[in-house]
Amino acid sequence: MTTTEIQNEIIEDFLLFEDDMESRLFYLMDLGKKLPAMSAAHQTAEYIVKGCQSKVWLFPVFEDGKIYFEADSNTEITKGLVSLLVKVWGGKTPEDIMATELYFIEKIGMSSMIGSQRSNGFSSMIKQMKMYAFALLNK
Amino acid sequence: MTSAKQDIQLVRGQFPILHQEVNGKPLIYFDNAATTQKPLAVINALNEYYSLHNANIHRGAHTLADRSTGYFEDTRKSVQTFINAKEAEECIFTKGITESINLVAQTYGKKFLNAGDEVIISYMEHHSNIVPWQMICEEKGALLKVIPIHANGELNLEVYEQMLSVRTKIVACIWASNALGTINPIEKIIELAHSKGAIVLIDGAQAGSHISIDVQSLDIDFLVLSSHKLYGPTGVGVLYGKRALLEAMPPYQGGGEMIREVSFAVTTYNDIPFKFEAGTPNIGDVIAFKYALEFVTKRGLTNIAAYELMLLNYFVDGVKNIQNELGVDCVELIGTAQNKVAVQSFNIKGKHPFDIGMMLDAKGIAVRTGHHCTQPLMNFYGIEGTVRASFALYNTVEEIDVLLTSISAIIKR
Repeated sequence: MTTTEIQNEIIEDFLLFEDDMESRLFYLMDLGKKLPAMSAAHQTAEYIVKGCQSKVWLFPVFEDGKIYFEADSNTEITKGLVSLLVKVWGGKTPEDIMATELYFIEKIGMSSMIGSQRSNGFSSMIKQMKMYAFALLNK
Repeated sequence: MTSAKQDIQLVRGQFPILHQEVNGKPLIYFDNAATTQKPLAVINALNEYYSLHNANIHRGAHTLADRSTGYFEDTRKSVQTFINAKEAEECIFTKGITESINLVAQTYGKKFLNAGDEVIISYMEHHSNIVPWQMICEEKGALLKVIPIHANGELNLEVYEQMLSVRTKIVACIWASNALGTINPIEKIIELAHSKGAIVLIDGAQAGSHISIDVQSLDIDFLVLSSHKLYGPTGVGVLYGKRALLEAMPPYQGGGEMIREVSFAVTTYNDIPFKFEAGTPNIGDVIAFKYALEFVTKRGLTNIAAYELMLLNYFVDGVKNIQNELGVDCVELIGTAQNKVAVQSFNIKGKHPFDIGMMLDAKGIAVRTGHHCTQPLMNFYGIEGTVRASFALYNTVEEIDVLLTSISAIIKR
């Protein structure tokens, strides 16, 4: 699936809850719980995402010109958010990642749910993932 | 005669912001320790000021300027009455408590602190009553000492007493803790400090809306207050200081208003309070602040405190019921001092405060989560942060029921 298709799928799933923010939030947290466990060895200061109020770790694995991400967070909601980014970008080429316009977060009504400090954290996660893509491109 | 229920509805009617839905649920505002909502009288005063009276103060020889100046100075008199200061001139307007404390640290501290002197603060201070003292102590080679606390969130006064010596020059202490709700025994703190010749700054951020203040009978040297935590506009703070102290202090910022005469060779400074009010102040907000003070005074701080204490006890009892039902360690209360304002921190086992805050927000409940600008205090408890519910005169037991039900649901999830 393309990054656009994956984003559209995420949006469709969230729209099932209509305007019920609480259910959306619970669904988001459930998605976070399904994120594959991150190796404890990778949960180090080096892989912590700066700019997040809660702790988020992102570890990139480069394989056959694609990037896979291990991720974790100490809060359930942030973990849910990072799991969505992993869903969109995991296993994609750096070119794909760099070219993606991320629009799903607004469409699933999370930009209003997520306070500005956490939003900044979300931007930091996006920036970090793009930096890993950029690094792979220029390898 | 109105019943208690009718009365609270009348009060809520004064606060237009409360009558809205958030995330499809009626807003329940429990973040009053961060800032209180504003009554109509304050909102209308702001509107009226900019619609009818706006002019720069203490300068112009025209009607609007006279009028604005009069209203501005009226608020100073209201502050004087509110805290029972001897003179209105002892009440200085700042942009907030942070500025008030920095002002004292950078003027009184700069002039009177010397190497080897000591400044005492407490473990439960807000960062705004820690960092300004750290900065001036570092500059002057003075030592910053910290009064420890007991696990329930009360100050260890025995250690405080031992800490005091002739080297102690300043004691800066929060009256009511923003993170724990503890009301500190400032009368005792002041008396002990004075016995060693130290002056005392009291941070009244949380106390202002809950406790009646009499700076003269408490013999407070400096008191700092925040308008926006007292139902008034943001951007207005008060620094009360005894005249002798304020007069002995050098100016804080240079500029207009604070001068008597300026030449390129020498400048002489204005009298208090103007010496400390350089530049055009926040005129409109100061003027509207008077209406907040009137609102609180009319309700009566004793009545307000009694009602809020009832809300606090109702919440604490409700949490204890949850503990009885779902296990004693499923939810932890942080800050269980005997004497408290209506602020309660808590944590839910296995849940991060941010997640709890977001889940409560989804139910329309506004609480604060995080370290509450008291990181040393959080370190004392070995936690990253808490969820904090803080109640005000417009909150209801029905709202607390919604919070308690939500807490149960989060634990059970």
